[in-house]
Amino acid sequence: MLGTGLLVFREVLEAALIVSIVCAATRGVSGRGVWVGSGIGIGVLGAILVAAFANVIAAAVSGIGQELFNATILLAAVVMIAWHAIWMASHGRELSVQMKSVGSAVQAGSRPLSALLIVVAVAVLREGSEVVLFLYGQAASGAGPTALAGGIALGVVGGVAVGFLLYFGLLGIPLRYFFSATNWLMLLLAAGLASQAAGFLIQADVLPALGNRVWDTSALLSNASLIGKTMHTLIGYDAQPAGMQIVFYAITAVAIALGMKLWGRAPQAAPR
Amino acid sequence: MRTIIICDVIKPFLIAVLGLAAATGAGRAHADDVQATLTIREHKFEPAELTVPAGVKIRLSIENRDATPEEFESHELNREKVVVGNGTITVFIGPLEAGRYPFFGDFHQETAQGVLVAK
Repeated sequence: MLGTGLLVFREVLEAALIVSIVCAATRGVSGRGVWVGSGIGIGVLGAILVAAFANVIAAAVSGIGQELFNATILLAAVVMIAWHAIWMASHGRELSVQMKSVGSAVQAGSRPLSALLIVVAVAVLREGSEVVLFLYGQAASGAGPTALAGGIALGVVGGVAVGFLLYFGLLGIPLRYFFSATNWLMLLLAAGLASQAAGFLIQADVLPALGNRVWDTSALLSNASLIGKTMHTLIGYDAQPAGMQIVFYAITAVAIALGMKLWGRAPQAAPR
Repeated sequence: MRTIIICDVIKPFLIAVLGLAAATGAGRAHADDVQATLTIREHKFEPAELTVPAGVKIRLSIENRDATPEEFESHELNREKVVVGNGTITVFIGPLEAGRYPFFGDFHQETAQGVLVAK
């Protein structure tokens, strides 16, 4: 049960961290619960589908279907975060003002919450499909239903609890800096996801590695450790990155930062 | 309804990535790749220590002879890939510097441990 719980915890934690950042970034937006909830729901359904068709996906495109699928949904999430971050840069100030004047309820307006739904769905789908495959294997090897259910409960509760800790920690950021802080977090999250996508494309031999291991900081912080894993999810920390991963990371970060600067300084539209 | 929207959103990325794959000739075996094979049996890797040449790209096949899925993972190699029950996957690795690169099966870490030795 503990072993099951530990694996479920690790996967749930990764998804929960991303959901927490999205929740913080959508603070005070009315109806965000429905969007985030739908994202989680679609992610869980998707996870079961992906696990069920894991053999089909794996065999697709001469055996690199799994990498292409992962890279594709990761890059889709990257573009969704970029869209949202740039939108926020141009509207964030209004939002802060509105939140101060009318309390916490702000209309979503034209805010691209559908973009964040996709980010949440992708996060849950990726980690969830591994959990489903793992649990299927456990069940097939004769693990009892009590041990399985107990493991799932432990893992989900633990992972979600850490997600809530991060969320409430982020809420402690003063309102004045809040949206620029969550926006920068989203930028780092997107850059990290892009780097992971590059990793899958290197693994599939679609892209050259440009150096397998440009540096090695695993002695300082290993990706095997819990903190290393958390930093991997949050900001794309990689102890031994390939050159192409760094290229993807840098291009994503610079592109979003540039977009935020360009549109963030544009004259504000008339208040909604 | 929402699922359809998501499919529409993700489709262009899938096409782009597939296009990239086609353009670079992914999935085709390269003449200079070295083939290596690992087998998973009863949640253990065989051989548990696999020696490969350093300095060349390696096409590592992992055959899962168990009925249950496994995930081949290595922090040192920066690789992770699911292999379904009775399935086979290919993972491209390297060129590696000489050294030891541990790997494990994420779903059965108590037993599924191994190391790739590049010489």
